Amino acid sequence: MPTVPLATDDHAPESAPSITLVNRPDSGIALRLAGRWRLDQRIPRLSDLPALIDRGSDDDAKAASQPRELSFETSALIDWDSALVTYVAGVERLCAERNIHVDPSALPEGLRSLLEMASLTAPPDEPEHDRGPSFLARVGLDIADLVRSTGEIMAFFGEGAIAVRHFVAGRARYRRSELWVIIQESGADALPIVSLVSFLVGMILGYIGDQQLAQFGARIYVADLVGLATVIQMGALITGIVLAGRTGAAFAARIGTMQVNEEIDALRTFGIPPMEFLVLPRMVALILMTPLLTLYADLLGILGGAFVGTVVGGVTLTAYLVQTQAAIGWNHIIQGLISATVYGAIVAASGCLRGMQCGRSAAAVGEATTSAVVTAIVFIVIAAAVLTVIFDAIGLSG
Amino acid sequence: MNGPAAPDSKLPQGQTEPQAEVQAESQAVPQAMPQAEAQTPSDTQTQALASEDDQAPREDDASVAIRLEDVALGYGPTIVQQGLSFAIRRSDVFIIMGGSGCGKSTVMRALTGLLAPRQGQVFLQDQSLWEVSEEARTQLLRGVGVMYQSGALWSSMTLEENIALPLEQYTPLSKQQISELAEYKLALVGLAGFGGYYPGQISGGMRKRVGVARAMALDPDILFFDEPSAGLDPLSARRLDDLILELRDSLGTTMVVITHDLDSLFLIGDDAVFLDAETHSMLTTGHPKQLRDHSEIDEVRAFLRRGES
Repeated sequence: MPTVPLATDDHAPESAPSITLVNRPDSGIALRLAGRWRLDQRIPRLSDLPALIDRGSDDDAKAASQPRELSFETSALIDWDSALVTYVAGVERLCAERNIHVDPSALPEGLRSLLEMASLTAPPDEPEHDRGPSFLARVGLDIADLVRSTGEIMAFFGEGAIAVRHFVAGRARYRRSELWVIIQESGADALPIVSLVSFLVGMILGYIGDQQLAQFGARIYVADLVGLATVIQMGALITGIVLAGRTGAAFAARIGTMQVNEEIDALRTFGIPPMEFLVLPRMVALILMTPLLTLYADLLGILGGAFVGTVVGGVTLTAYLVQTQAAIGWNHIIQGLISATVYGAIVAASGCLRGMQCGRSAAAVGEATTSAVVTAIVFIVIAAAVLTVIFDAIGLSG
Repeated sequence: MNGPAAPDSKLPQGQTEPQAEVQAESQAVPQAMPQAEAQTPSDTQTQALASEDDQAPREDDASVAIRLEDVALGYGPTIVQQGLSFAIRRSDVFIIMGGSGCGKSTVMRALTGLLAPRQGQVFLQDQSLWEVSEEARTQLLRGVGVMYQSGALWSSMTLEENIALPLEQYTPLSKQQISELAEYKLALVGLAGFGGYYPGQISGGMRKRVGVARAMALDPDILFFDEPSAGLDPLSARRLDDLILELRDSLGTTMVVITHDLDSLFLIGDDAVFLDAETHSMLTTGHPKQLRDHSEIDEVRAFLRRGES
């Protein structure tokens, strides 16, 4: 009786799982399972089995006819777990393809019932997401989505307007203590990062200006360049973007988590509009805090420029500051503050909007946060461009 | 705790007491009652179903707290439930049951003013919840308290502040009075002295109990419970069930409980509706035990007998 061992490692220990094909006298074959068939062992590969079956029947005299029946021999089997179950299931599948009847009676009883249980779960009728929708359907769905989200944004701003009216009339339902906490979190707590970024941006502007203006011997004008750029736009822009990443994301995550926890539903059932209770204090806090932070960022930006102007450019600090003072007018500061107010409103609105739109899962909170930051930054840049044109048109930049 | 909770014997007793309260209430609001009586007989389905139980006599007296007429609910393109018509009697513990994902919570959202139905009417205290003005709806919903599945406590506030918030919004009480009321509500759910804790500092079961306390803050006529026993150990779940019964017996509050916990729904339920996920509709209404023993619908019997038939 020829036996064909499957190629295994020569140095494998005695207990390594192995499989051997045995030709039975009655035109059938048997698989002799030996060793420890456990997940932490090197299990023989199922893809080698068809060759084994073919070779096994070739060697014998009755080569032409395929074996009709396959059984198992498990006397040498030491131990088994899911590794063997999936292997035997694979054997059954292979044999079904080749019209070989599988006789599982020699397998351990536990294994047989596991196999039976696994085969009871019928595969679903048809995978639902077999193919994505067609191009036209996708365009249609995207447009429907756009219409819906535009509607949501409109509803958000409509409710927001009502909330602001209540706020102005002093009837808005929010907690003052919470407003102060938000003001602290979005204002005072942002000082270190705003300091760092605006000082460094002031320095960068100073370096670029110094290199160019030195060619004309006009290094003192670095003060004009840094001062004007910072006060008119950079201070507000830096503050806006830092707040988008810091505070806007926090708003979206906070409100999104409340959405997941049904806390917003709880507010609604008590007749407390989330718009007044959650969104309004955040809008107010950022609209108040962004201009203040911007003033601070302006100062730090000018100091960064002054550092470069004095250390690299060799201008005295007094001369630098006097030059800056002469260059900057009130109109420039006002431009910066108006921009800052707009950016603050944008950051708060996108954070709160994305939070309110948040789905009801942890993943949705992550998406809402990302989306809040992206929305805020995109709209800040758009607003910066539009405001620049407007300021120019009304003669504020003169 | 186990005094009033012997399930079979307490059914008749427990329901006579609250009814006295209902009558007292109806005298205070005289115009609400004739309407209720005029409309109840027209609701033929409920009438027919109720007459199958032994509770038919009660139906005549008890007015209806919530009534649904051919309500369809859904989100976006998906229909969750449709053809819902049933009535919830005052001071009953009404169970909304059905398999996972059949839309029980969605129905609750429609009854608590969070989701407008696609079709049909929801009557709360005989006013159509979705046809009245927004102010009137807010007013109606002040008579409704909801305990959400995870408690849904406002996490940035202490437990006392959680209960105080609705009181601050709707009552002219002083800070001191509100604080005392909040402490009293916490004591009602067995959590006296926890007012200064934040929701993150207490266990899930305690959060649910605070959720009940907060839902009761404004002394509502109707209390909703979304899966009160989900995620609780058997003892905590049983305590919550007892709490529901005790509150109903002492305050006459109508309780609407969403659950698929069989032990719980047989213990506390006076009436129930069974929602089906396959047909997206209600299969039957009736007393949970009667449905288990006598329902002609296989799904309902299988559900209530845990698959053993």
